[in-house]
Amino acid sequence: MARSDINETSLEMLHEITDWEGLFDGAYSIRQDGTCADLHSTDTIRIVPKTDNPGIDIYIAAGKKKDTVYIPACVTKSGVDDVVYNDFHVQSGADVIIVAGCGVHTTDDEGARHNGIHRFFLEPDSHVLYKEKHIGTGIGKGLRVIDPVTEVELQEGAYLEMDTQQLAGVDKTVRATKAKLLKDAKLVIRESILTDDDNVAETDFEVVMEGEDSSVDLISRSVAKGESRQAYHSHIIGNCRCTGHSECDAILVGNGKVDASPALYAGNLDAALIHEAAIGKIAGEQIIKLQTLGLTEEEAEEKIIEGFLTGVE
Amino acid sequence: MLELQNIHWELPDGEELIKGVDLAIRPGKLTVITGPNGGGKTTLAKLIAGLYMPTEGKILLDGEDITDYGITERSKAGIAYAFQQPVRFKGLSVKELLKIASGKDMKEFEMCHILEKVGLCAAEYMNRPLDTHLSGGESKRIEIATVLARNASILIFDEPEAGIDLWSFSSLIETFEKLKTEKSGALLIISHQERILNIADEIVLIAEGKIREKGDRDTVLPLLNINGRGCGCPLGREVVNG
Repeated sequence: MARSDINETSLEMLHEITDWEGLFDGAYSIRQDGTCADLHSTDTIRIVPKTDNPGIDIYIAAGKKKDTVYIPACVTKSGVDDVVYNDFHVQSGADVIIVAGCGVHTTDDEGARHNGIHRFFLEPDSHVLYKEKHIGTGIGKGLRVIDPVTEVELQEGAYLEMDTQQLAGVDKTVRATKAKLLKDAKLVIRESILTDDDNVAETDFEVVMEGEDSSVDLISRSVAKGESRQAYHSHIIGNCRCTGHSECDAILVGNGKVDASPALYAGNLDAALIHEAAIGKIAGEQIIKLQTLGLTEEEAEEKIIEGFLTGVE
Repeated sequence: MLELQNIHWELPDGEELIKGVDLAIRPGKLTVITGPNGGGKTTLAKLIAGLYMPTEGKILLDGEDITDYGITERSKAGIAYAFQQPVRFKGLSVKELLKIASGKDMKEFEMCHILEKVGLCAAEYMNRPLDTHLSGGESKRIEIATVLARNASILIFDEPEAGIDLWSFSSLIETFEKLKTEKSGALLIISHQERILNIADEIVLIAEGKIREKGDRDTVLPLLNINGRGCGCPLGREVVNG
Protein backbone atom coordinates (compact mmCIF):
# COMPACT_ATOMS: atom_id res chain seq x y z
CA MET A 1 0.00 0.00 0.00
CA ALA A 2 1.26 3.48 -0.82
CA ARG A 3 0.45 7.01 0.29
CA SER A 4 -1.87 7.40 -2.69
CA ASP A 5 -3.96 4.49 -1.37
CA ILE A 6 -5.05 6.42 1.71
CA ASN A 7 -8.80 6.69 1.17
CA GLU A 8 -11.28 9.48 1.88
CA THR A 9 -12.60 7.79 5.03
CA SER A 10 -9.09 7.65 6.46
CA LEU A 11 -8.44 11.27 5.56
CA GLU A 12 -11.60 12.37 7.35
CA MET A 13 -10.75 10.33 10.42
CA LEU A 14 -7.11 11.49 10.39
CA HIS A 15 -8.40 15.04 10.54
CA GLU A 16 -10.52 14.20 13.61
CA ILE A 17 -7.91 12.20 15.50
CA THR A 18 -4.68 14.01 14.63
CA ASP A 19 -5.66 17.42 13.20
CA TRP A 20 -4.23 16.17 9.88
CA GLU A 21 -4.18 18.85 7.19
CA GLY A 22 -2.56 16.77 4.44
CA LEU A 23 0.91 16.65 5.92
CA PHE A 24 2.70 15.50 9.05
CA ASP A 25 5.74 17.47 10.11
CA GLY A 26 8.22 14.92 11.40
CA ALA A 27 8.30 11.16 11.56
CA TYR A 28 5.11 9.20 10.92
CA SER A 29 3.53 5.87 10.19
CA ILE A 30 -0.02 5.84 8.81
CA ARG A 31 -1.87 2.55 9.11
CA GLN A 32 -5.00 1.74 7.11
CA ASP A 33 -7.04 -1.47 7.28
CA GLY A 34 -4.25 -3.51 8.78
CA THR A 35 -1.46 -2.33 6.50
CA CYS A 36 1.12 0.42 6.66
CA ALA A 37 0.06 3.06 4.11
CA ASP A 38 2.98 5.41 4.56
CA LEU A 39 6.03 5.65 6.78
CA HIS A 40 8.70 8.25 7.29
CA SER A 41 11.71 8.34 9.63
CA THR A 42 13.84 11.31 10.61
CA ASP A 43 17.38 11.71 11.93
CA THR A 44 16.21 11.27 15.50
CA ILE A 45 13.13 9.07 15.09
CA ARG A 46 13.56 5.76 13.29
CA ILE A 47 10.46 3.70 12.48
CA VAL A 48 11.15 0.06 11.63
CA PRO A 49 8.43 -2.43 10.57
CA LYS A 50 8.39 -5.57 12.71
CA THR A 51 9.20 -8.86 11.09
CA ASP A 52 7.54 -11.22 13.57
CA ASN A 53 4.25 -9.40 14.10
CA PRO A 54 2.26 -6.67 12.40
CA GLY A 55 3.44 -3.33 13.72
CA ILE A 56 6.48 -1.13 14.16
CA ASP A 57 9.38 -0.38 16.45
CA ILE A 58 9.90 3.31 17.01
CA TYR A 59 13.36 4.33 18.16
CA ILE A 60 13.51 7.86 19.53
CA ALA A 61 16.88 9.46 20.17
CA ALA A 62 17.60 12.71 21.97
CA GLY A 63 17.44 15.60 19.51
CA LYS A 64 18.19 19.30 19.67
CA LYS A 65 14.52 20.11 20.00
CA LYS A 66 11.25 18.48 20.91
CA ASP A 67 10.26 16.02 18.16
CA THR A 68 6.85 14.77 17.13
CA VAL A 69 5.97 11.37 15.74
CA TYR A 70 2.54 10.48 14.34
CA ILE A 71 1.27 6.90 14.33
CA PRO A 72 -2.47 7.02 13.53
CA ALA A 73 -4.42 3.91 12.55
CA CYS A 74 -7.65 3.79 10.58
CA VAL A 75 -10.03 0.94 9.93
CA THR A 76 -12.22 2.07 7.05
CA LYS A 77 -14.53 -0.88 6.36
CA SER A 78 -16.53 -3.61 8.02
CA GLY A 79 -14.91 -7.03 8.37
CA VAL A 80 -11.47 -5.72 9.30
CA ASP A 81 -10.00 -6.94 12.59
CA ASP A 82 -6.69 -5.16 12.88
CA VAL A 83 -4.17 -6.10 15.55
CA VAL A 84 -0.96 -4.09 15.68
CA TYR A 85 2.08 -4.16 17.95
CA ASN A 86 3.85 -0.83 18.35
CA ASP A 87 6.89 -0.55 20.60
CA PHE A 88 8.33 2.82 21.58
CA HIS A 89 11.98 2.83 22.59
CA VAL A 90 12.70 6.27 24.00
CA GLN A 91 16.36 6.90 24.68
CA SER A 92 17.84 8.84 27.58
CA GLY A 93 17.28 12.57 27.35
CA ALA A 94 14.83 12.37 24.44
CA ASP A 95 11.86 14.73 24.50
CA VAL A 96 9.06 13.75 22.16
CA ILE A 97 5.36 14.15 21.41
CA ILE A 98 3.69 10.99 20.14
CA VAL A 99 0.39 11.55 18.36
CA ALA A 100 -1.47 8.27 18.07
CA GLY A 101 -5.21 7.93 17.60
CA CYS A 102 -7.53 5.51 15.95
CA GLY A 103 -10.66 5.69 13.84
CA VAL A 104 -12.92 2.75 13.11
CA HIS A 105 -15.50 2.96 10.32
CA THR A 106 -18.18 0.43 9.49
CA THR A 107 -19.77 0.03 6.05
CA ASP A 108 -22.40 -2.65 6.73
CA ASP A 109 -23.70 -4.99 9.45
CA GLU A 110 -20.36 -6.65 10.00
CA GLY A 111 -18.13 -5.25 12.74
CA ALA A 112 -14.75 -3.50 12.50
CA ARG A 113 -12.08 -3.57 15.17
CA HIS A 114 -8.69 -2.10 15.95
CA ASN A 115 -6.55 -3.58 18.69
CA GLY A 116 -3.41 -1.52 19.25
CA ILE A 117 -0.90 -3.06 21.61
CA HIS A 118 1.54 -0.35 22.62
CA ARG A 119 4.61 -0.83 24.73
CA PHE A 120 6.60 2.11 26.03
CA PHE A 121 10.19 1.73 27.18
CA LEU A 122 11.38 5.06 28.53
CA GLU A 123 15.05 5.25 29.41
CA PRO A 124 16.32 7.49 32.23
CA ASP A 125 15.36 11.16 32.04
CA SER A 126 13.38 10.85 28.83
CA HIS A 127 10.20 12.86 28.38
CA VAL A 128 7.13 11.82 26.40
CA LEU A 129 3.77 13.43 25.77
CA TYR A 130 1.43 10.84 24.24
CA LYS A 131 -1.82 12.08 22.66
CA GLU A 132 -4.50 9.72 21.49
CA LYS A 133 -8.04 10.21 20.22
CA HIS A 134 -10.50 7.46 19.35
CA ILE A 135 -13.54 7.80 17.13
CA GLY A 136 -16.09 5.53 15.51
CA THR A 137 -18.07 6.41 12.37
CA GLY A 138 -20.06 4.69 9.66
CA ILE A 139 -23.29 2.87 8.92
CA GLY A 140 -24.89 -0.52 9.48
CA LYS A 141 -25.28 -2.61 12.59
CA GLY A 142 -21.66 -3.70 12.67
CA LEU A 143 -19.98 -2.92 15.99
CA ARG A 144 -17.11 -0.45 15.98
CA VAL A 145 -14.59 -1.76 18.48
CA ILE A 146 -11.30 -0.33 19.73
CA ASP A 147 -9.35 -2.34 22.31
CA PRO A 148 -6.09 -0.60 23.19
CA VAL A 149 -3.53 -2.32 25.39
CA THR A 150 -0.76 -0.18 26.83
CA GLU A 151 2.28 -1.31 28.77
CA VAL A 152 4.66 1.22 30.23
CA GLU A 153 8.06 0.98 31.86
CA LEU A 154 9.52 4.21 33.15
CA GLN A 155 13.14 4.14 34.17
CA GLU A 156 14.81 6.55 36.57
CA GLY A 157 13.61 10.11 36.15
CA ALA A 158 11.51 9.34 33.07
CA TYR A 159 8.29 11.26 32.47
CA LEU A 160 5.26 10.10 30.51
CA GLU A 161 2.09 12.09 30.08
CA MET A 162 -0.78 10.30 28.35
CA ASP A 163 -3.70 12.36 27.12
CA THR A 164 -6.36 10.01 25.76
CA GLN A 165 -9.86 10.80 24.54
CA GLN A 166 -12.66 8.64 23.24
CA LEU A 167 -14.69 11.12 21.24
CA ALA A 168 -17.82 9.33 20.00
CA GLY A 169 -19.22 6.44 18.03
CA VAL A 170 -17.15 3.62 19.55
CA ASP A 171 -19.61 0.81 20.33
CA LYS A 172 -17.30 -1.21 22.50
CA THR A 173 -13.93 -0.65 24.04
CA VAL A 174 -11.78 -2.42 26.57
CA ARG A 175 -8.79 -0.31 27.52
CA ALA A 176 -6.03 -1.91 29.55
CA THR A 177 -3.07 0.08 30.82
CA LYS A 178 -0.24 -1.25 32.96
CA ALA A 179 2.73 0.76 34.16
CA LYS A 180 5.83 0.20 36.25
CA LEU A 181 7.69 3.22 37.63
CA LEU A 182 11.28 3.27 38.82
CA LYS A 183 13.05 5.93 40.90
CA ASP A 184 11.91 9.54 40.33
CA ALA A 185 9.75 8.49 37.39
CA LYS A 186 6.49 10.30 36.83
CA LEU A 187 3.35 9.17 35.04
CA VAL A 188 0.43 11.49 34.30
CA ILE A 189 -2.68 10.07 32.65
CA ARG A 190 -5.66 12.13 31.55
CA GLU A 191 -8.41 10.03 30.10
CA SER A 192 -11.81 11.11 28.87
CA ILE A 193 -14.48 8.79 27.54
CA LEU A 194 -17.80 9.69 25.96
CA THR A 195 -20.32 6.93 25.40
CA ASP A 196 -23.84 7.11 24.02
CA ASP A 197 -26.60 4.80 22.73
CA ASP A 198 -25.68 1.20 23.64
CA ASN A 199 -21.92 1.80 23.82
CA VAL A 200 -19.91 -0.10 26.39
CA ALA A 201 -16.54 1.10 27.68
CA GLU A 202 -14.26 -0.58 30.16
CA THR A 203 -11.02 0.90 31.34
CA ASP A 204 -8.46 -0.75 33.58
CA PHE A 205 -5.33 0.78 35.04
CA GLU A 206 -2.65 -0.89 37.06
CA VAL A 207 0.25 1.28 38.12
CA VAL A 208 3.06 -0.09 40.26
CA MET A 209 5.53 2.31 41.84
CA GLU A 210 8.76 0.47 42.57
CA GLY A 211 11.24 3.34 42.78
CA GLU A 212 11.67 5.97 45.51
CA ASP A 213 9.96 9.29 44.82
CA SER A 214 8.09 8.04 41.80
CA SER A 215 4.61 9.44 41.26
CA VAL A 216 1.43 8.88 39.32
CA ASP A 217 -1.46 11.23 38.67
CA LEU A 218 -4.44 9.54 37.05
CA ILE A 219 -7.40 11.68 36.03
CA SER A 220 -10.39 10.07 34.37
CA ARG A 221 -13.47 11.89 33.11
CA SER A 222 -16.46 10.00 31.79
CA VAL A 223 -19.78 10.94 30.30
CA ALA A 224 -22.28 8.11 29.86
CA LYS A 225 -25.31 9.09 27.79
CA GLY A 226 -28.26 7.20 26.36
CA GLU A 227 -28.26 3.54 27.42
CA SER A 228 -24.45 3.33 27.54
CA ARG A 229 -22.40 1.69 30.27
CA GLN A 230 -18.92 2.37 31.53
CA ALA A 231 -16.70 0.60 34.01
CA TYR A 232 -13.59 2.14 35.52
CA HIS A 233 -11.09 0.12 37.48
CA SER A 234 -7.80 1.46 38.76
CA HIS A 235 -5.24 -0.10 41.01
CA ILE A 236 -2.39 2.05 42.23
CA ILE A 237 0.31 0.18 44.08
CA GLY A 238 2.95 2.02 46.07
CA ASN A 239 5.78 -0.25 47.17
CA CYS A 240 8.17 2.51 48.20
CA ARG A 241 8.26 6.20 49.14
CA CYS A 242 6.02 7.55 46.40
CA THR A 243 2.90 9.57 45.71
CA GLY A 244 -0.19 8.42 43.86
CA HIS A 245 -3.34 10.31 43.04
CA SER A 246 -6.33 9.15 41.08
CA GLU A 247 -9.47 11.07 40.31
CA CYS A 248 -12.48 9.55 38.63
CA ASP A 249 -15.38 11.82 37.74
CA ALA A 250 -18.38 10.77 35.75
CA ILE A 251 -21.50 12.49 34.48
CA LEU A 252 -24.62 10.49 33.77
CA VAL A 253 -27.10 11.60 31.12
CA GLY A 254 -30.31 9.73 30.31
CA ASN A 255 -29.96 6.08 31.35
CA GLY A 256 -26.16 6.02 31.32
CA LYS A 257 -24.52 3.86 33.98
CA VAL A 258 -21.03 4.01 35.45
CA ASP A 259 -19.29 1.52 37.71
CA ALA A 260 -16.14 2.96 39.31
CA SER A 261 -13.86 0.73 41.36
CA PRO A 262 -10.70 2.50 42.38
CA ALA A 263 -8.21 0.61 44.51
CA LEU A 264 -5.08 1.69 46.34
CA TYR A 265 -2.40 -0.48 47.85
CA ALA A 266 0.31 1.01 50.06
CA GLY A 267 3.12 -1.46 50.66
CA ASN A 268 5.37 1.07 52.33
CA LEU A 269 4.96 3.48 55.22
CA ASP A 270 5.95 6.41 53.00
CA ALA A 271 3.61 5.63 50.14
CA ALA A 272 1.09 8.50 50.01
CA LEU A 273 -1.92 7.52 47.92
CA ILE A 274 -5.13 9.43 47.37
CA HIS A 275 -8.27 8.67 45.46
CA GLU A 276 -11.16 10.98 44.63
CA ALA A 277 -14.33 9.94 42.83
CA ALA A 278 -17.66 11.49 41.97
CA ILE A 279 -20.50 10.19 39.81
CA GLY A 280 -23.77 11.95 39.18
CA LYS A 281 -25.92 13.88 36.78
CA ILE A 282 -25.08 17.43 35.74
CA ALA A 283 -25.70 19.74 38.68
CA GLY A 284 -28.94 21.62 38.08
CA GLU A 285 -27.38 24.88 39.24
CA GLN A 286 -24.73 24.61 36.48
CA ILE A 287 -27.42 24.41 33.82
CA ILE A 288 -29.35 27.28 35.44
CA LYS A 289 -26.24 29.48 35.57
CA LEU A 290 -25.58 29.00 31.85
CA GLN A 291 -29.26 29.62 31.11
CA THR A 292 -29.00 32.96 32.88
CA LEU A 293 -26.19 33.70 30.42
CA GLY A 294 -28.53 33.08 27.49
CA LEU A 295 -28.03 29.40 26.65
CA THR A 296 -30.94 27.01 26.31
CA GLU A 297 -31.03 23.98 28.62
CA GLU A 298 -29.73 21.74 25.80
CA GLU A 299 -26.94 24.17 24.87
CA ALA A 300 -25.95 24.46 28.53
CA GLU A 301 -25.79 20.68 28.92
CA GLU A 302 -23.68 20.37 25.78
CA LYS A 303 -21.28 23.08 26.92
CA ILE A 304 -20.89 21.54 30.39
CA ILE A 305 -20.14 18.09 28.93
CA GLU A 306 -17.72 19.50 26.37
CA GLY A 307 -15.79 21.39 29.06
CA PHE A 308 -15.87 18.43 31.43
CA LEU A 309 -14.40 16.07 28.83
CA THR A 310 -11.83 18.34 27.26
CA GLY A 311 -10.85 19.85 30.59
CA VAL A 312 -8.71 22.84 31.37
CA GLU A 313 -4.97 22.65 31.68
CA MET B 1 -38.01 49.69 32.99
CA LEU B 2 -38.75 46.55 34.98
CA GLU B 3 -42.07 46.44 36.78
CA LEU B 4 -43.24 43.92 39.32
CA GLN B 5 -46.99 43.98 39.83
CA ASN B 6 -48.49 42.28 42.87
CA ILE B 7 -45.92 39.44 42.83
CA HIS B 8 -46.63 36.46 45.06
CA TRP B 9 -44.60 33.29 45.44
CA GLU B 10 -45.08 30.28 47.64
CA LEU B 11 -43.24 27.08 48.46
CA PRO B 12 -44.71 23.75 47.28
CA ASP B 13 -46.11 23.26 50.80
CA GLY B 14 -48.14 26.44 50.41
CA GLU B 15 -46.07 28.71 52.65
CA GLU B 16 -46.04 32.14 51.06
CA LEU B 17 -42.61 33.80 50.97
CA ILE B 18 -43.37 36.76 48.71
CA LYS B 19 -46.61 38.46 49.59
CA GLY B 20 -47.67 40.94 46.96
CA VAL B 21 -44.66 42.99 45.84
CA ASP B 22 -45.07 46.04 43.61
CA LEU B 23 -41.83 47.53 42.42
CA ALA B 24 -40.41 49.54 39.51
CA ILE B 25 -36.70 49.30 38.66
CA ARG B 26 -35.76 52.30 36.58
CA PRO B 27 -33.06 52.52 33.89
CA GLY B 28 -30.00 54.55 34.76
CA LYS B 29 -30.69 54.10 38.46
CA LEU B 30 -29.11 51.96 41.13
CA THR B 31 -31.77 50.31 43.26
CA VAL B 32 -30.64 48.48 46.39
CA ILE B 33 -32.87 45.90 48.03
CA THR B 34 -32.05 45.36 51.67
CA GLY B 35 -33.63 43.78 54.69
CA PRO B 36 -33.22 41.00 57.23
CA ASN B 37 -32.09 37.49 56.33
CA GLY B 38 -34.91 35.28 55.11
CA GLY B 39 -37.03 38.30 54.26
CA GLY B 40 -37.38 37.42 50.55
CA LYS B 41 -34.64 39.45 48.85
CA THR B 42 -32.94 36.60 46.98
CA THR B 43 -36.31 35.01 46.22
CA LEU B 44 -37.37 38.25 44.58
CA ALA B 45 -34.16 38.36 42.49
CA LYS B 46 -34.76 34.77 41.40
CA LEU B 47 -38.33 35.63 40.46
CA ILE B 48 -37.02 38.45 38.26
CA ALA B 49 -34.35 36.25 36.62
CA GLY B 50 -36.87 33.46 36.00
CA LEU B 51 -35.38 30.90 38.39
CA TYR B 52 -38.73 30.91 40.17
CA MET B 53 -42.07 31.59 38.55
CA PRO B 54 -44.54 33.78 40.46
CA THR B 55 -47.70 32.14 41.71
CA GLU B 56 -49.52 35.41 41.18
CA GLY B 57 -48.78 38.78 39.63
CA LYS B 58 -47.06 40.15 36.55
CA ILE B 59 -43.53 41.07 35.52
CA LEU B 60 -43.13 43.63 32.75
CA LEU B 61 -39.91 44.60 30.99
CA ASP B 62 -40.22 47.82 29.03
CA GLY B 63 -43.95 47.18 28.86
CA GLU B 64 -43.58 43.59 27.62
CA ASP B 65 -45.16 40.92 29.80
CA ILE B 66 -42.32 38.49 30.60
CA THR B 67 -44.10 36.69 33.47
CA ASP B 68 -44.20 33.37 31.63
CA TYR B 69 -40.67 33.63 30.19
CA GLY B 70 -38.20 30.97 31.32
CA ILE B 71 -34.63 31.66 32.44
CA THR B 72 -33.13 31.66 28.94
CA GLU B 73 -35.87 33.89 27.52
CA ARG B 74 -35.48 36.38 30.37
CA SER B 75 -31.73 36.41 29.81
CA LYS B 76 -32.23 37.06 26.11
CA ALA B 77 -34.76 39.76 26.95
CA GLY B 78 -31.99 41.63 28.81
CA ILE B 79 -31.94 40.40 32.41
CA ALA B 80 -28.58 39.41 33.90
CA TYR B 81 -28.25 37.86 37.34
CA ALA B 82 -25.12 37.37 39.45
CA PHE B 83 -25.71 34.52 41.91
CA GLN B 84 -25.09 34.97 45.60
CA GLN B 85 -23.29 31.60 45.62
CA PRO B 86 -21.20 31.24 42.45
CA VAL B 87 -21.53 27.95 40.61
CA ARG B 88 -18.39 25.84 40.08
CA PHE B 89 -17.71 24.01 36.83
CA LYS B 90 -15.22 21.21 36.33
CA GLY B 91 -13.61 21.85 32.98
CA LEU B 92 -14.97 25.29 32.03
CA SER B 93 -12.44 28.11 32.14
CA VAL B 94 -12.96 31.74 33.10
CA LYS B 95 -12.43 32.64 29.44
CA GLU B 96 -15.07 30.16 28.30
CA LEU B 97 -17.65 31.44 30.78
CA LEU B 98 -17.03 35.06 29.81
CA LYS B 99 -17.42 34.13 26.14
CA ILE B 100 -20.76 32.48 26.88
CA ALA B 101 -21.80 35.51 28.93
CA SER B 102 -20.90 38.02 26.23
CA GLY B 103 -22.35 35.85 23.48
CA LYS B 104 -19.30 36.39 21.29
CA ASP B 105 -15.68 35.40 20.86
CA MET B 106 -14.17 37.92 23.26
CA LYS B 107 -10.71 39.30 22.59
CA GLU B 108 -8.15 39.27 25.34
CA PHE B 109 -8.28 43.04 25.80
CA GLU B 110 -12.04 42.83 26.24
CA MET B 111 -11.58 40.24 28.97
CA CYS B 112 -8.94 42.46 30.57
CA HIS B 113 -11.46 45.27 30.57
CA ILE B 114 -14.16 43.17 32.25
CA LEU B 115 -11.94 41.38 34.77
CA GLU B 116 -10.20 44.59 35.72
CA LYS B 117 -13.53 45.87 36.98
CA VAL B 118 -13.61 43.10 39.57
CA GLY B 119 -9.93 43.45 40.43
CA LEU B 120 -8.62 40.42 38.52
CA CYS B 121 -5.81 40.25 35.98
CA ALA B 122 -7.01 38.58 32.77
CA ALA B 123 -3.58 37.13 31.95
CA GLU B 124 -3.55 35.36 35.28
CA TYR B 125 -7.16 34.18 35.36
CA MET B 126 -8.42 33.69 31.79
CA ASN B 127 -7.35 30.07 31.51
CA ARG B 128 -8.10 29.05 35.07
CA PRO B 129 -10.80 26.43 35.51
CA LEU B 130 -13.89 27.46 37.45
CA ASP B 131 -13.49 24.64 39.92
CA THR B 132 -12.68 24.40 43.59
CA HIS B 133 -9.12 25.64 43.04
CA LEU B 134 -10.48 29.19 42.97
CA SER B 135 -11.04 30.81 46.33
CA GLY B 136 -14.52 31.94 47.35
CA GLY B 137 -13.63 35.58 46.70
CA GLU B 138 -12.13 34.82 43.29
CA SER B 139 -15.13 32.86 42.10
CA LYS B 140 -17.45 35.56 43.42
CA ARG B 141 -15.60 38.22 41.45
CA ILE B 142 -15.77 36.08 38.30
CA GLU B 143 -19.49 35.62 38.89
CA ILE B 144 -19.88 39.40 38.94
CA ALA B 145 -17.74 39.66 35.79
CA THR B 146 -20.10 37.32 33.92
CA VAL B 147 -22.91 39.80 34.46
CA LEU B 148 -20.74 42.77 33.53
CA ALA B 149 -19.84 40.95 30.29
CA ARG B 150 -23.47 40.78 29.26
CA ASN B 151 -25.11 43.49 27.28
CA ALA B 152 -28.09 43.54 29.60
CA SER B 153 -30.64 46.20 30.45
CA ILE B 154 -31.28 44.91 33.98
CA LEU B 155 -28.21 43.91 35.99
CA ILE B 156 -28.95 42.08 39.23
CA PHE B 157 -26.24 41.41 41.81
CA ASP B 158 -27.12 39.25 44.80
CA GLU B 159 -24.96 40.28 47.75
CA PRO B 160 -21.90 41.14 45.63
CA GLU B 161 -19.91 41.99 48.75
CA ALA B 162 -20.08 38.46 50.21
CA GLY B 163 -16.65 36.86 50.32
CA ILE B 164 -14.85 39.78 48.71
CA ASP B 165 -11.86 41.39 50.40
CA LEU B 166 -11.88 45.03 51.39
CA TRP B 167 -9.61 46.20 48.56
CA SER B 168 -11.54 44.48 45.82
CA PHE B 169 -14.75 45.72 47.35
CA SER B 170 -13.60 49.34 46.95
CA SER B 171 -12.97 48.80 43.25
CA LEU B 172 -16.34 47.06 42.98
CA ILE B 173 -18.05 50.12 44.43
CA GLU B 174 -16.27 52.25 41.83
CA THR B 175 -17.46 49.83 39.13
CA PHE B 176 -21.06 50.16 40.27
CA GLU B 177 -20.76 53.93 40.33
CA LYS B 178 -19.30 53.93 36.81
CA LEU B 179 -22.05 51.61 35.61
CA LYS B 180 -24.57 54.12 36.84
CA THR B 181 -23.11 56.79 34.61
CA GLU B 182 -22.05 54.64 31.63
CA LYS B 183 -25.05 52.42 31.21
CA SER B 184 -28.57 53.21 30.33
CA GLY B 185 -29.57 49.94 32.01
CA ALA B 186 -30.92 49.49 35.52
CA LEU B 187 -28.81 48.19 38.39
CA LEU B 188 -30.42 46.12 41.10
CA ILE B 189 -28.25 45.12 44.02
CA ILE B 190 -29.23 43.03 47.00
CA SER B 191 -27.05 44.10 49.86
CA HIS B 192 -26.67 44.81 53.54
CA GLN B 193 -23.52 46.79 52.98
CA GLU B 194 -23.62 50.41 54.06
CA ARG B 195 -21.18 51.47 51.33
CA ILE B 196 -23.50 50.05 48.69
CA LEU B 197 -26.54 51.63 50.34
CA ASN B 198 -24.66 54.92 50.25
CA ILE B 199 -24.38 54.88 46.45
CA ALA B 200 -27.98 53.80 45.86
CA ASP B 201 -30.43 56.03 44.06
CA GLU B 202 -33.33 54.13 45.52
CA ILE B 203 -33.58 51.79 48.46
CA VAL B 204 -36.18 49.10 48.98
CA LEU B 205 -36.58 47.43 52.37
CA ILE B 206 -38.04 43.95 52.28
CA ALA B 207 -39.00 41.89 55.33
CA GLU B 208 -41.27 38.90 55.70
CA GLY B 209 -42.00 38.86 51.99
CA LYS B 210 -43.30 42.41 51.81
CA ILE B 211 -41.90 45.78 50.91
CA ARG B 212 -41.72 47.76 54.15
CA GLU B 213 -40.19 50.93 52.77
CA LYS B 214 -39.13 52.21 49.38
CA GLY B 215 -37.99 55.53 48.10
CA ASP B 216 -34.92 57.58 47.34
CA ARG B 217 -31.80 57.01 49.39
CA ASP B 218 -32.03 60.12 51.49
CA THR B 219 -35.55 59.20 52.58
CA VAL B 220 -35.08 55.50 53.30
CA LEU B 221 -31.48 55.33 54.57
CA PRO B 222 -32.18 57.17 57.83
CA LEU B 223 -34.98 54.68 58.54
CA LEU B 224 -32.69 51.66 58.33
CA ASN B 225 -31.07 52.24 61.69
CA ILE B 226 -27.72 50.93 60.46
CA ASN B 227 -25.86 52.33 63.41
CA GLY B 228 -28.66 51.83 65.83
CA ARG B 229 -30.16 49.44 68.25
CA GLY B 230 -28.54 46.14 67.45
CA CYS B 231 -29.82 43.08 65.67
CA GLY B 232 -33.18 42.11 64.25
CA CYS B 233 -35.20 43.97 61.68
CA PRO B 234 -33.51 47.22 60.71
CA LEU B 235 -36.80 48.95 61.47
CA GLY B 236 -37.29 47.11 64.72
CA ARG B 237 -40.69 45.94 63.45
CA GLU B 238 -40.15 42.32 64.33
CA VAL B 239 -39.92 43.39 67.96
CA VAL B 240 -42.94 45.66 67.71
CA ASN B 241 -45.06 43.10 65.90
CA GLY B 242 -43.74 40.01 67.60
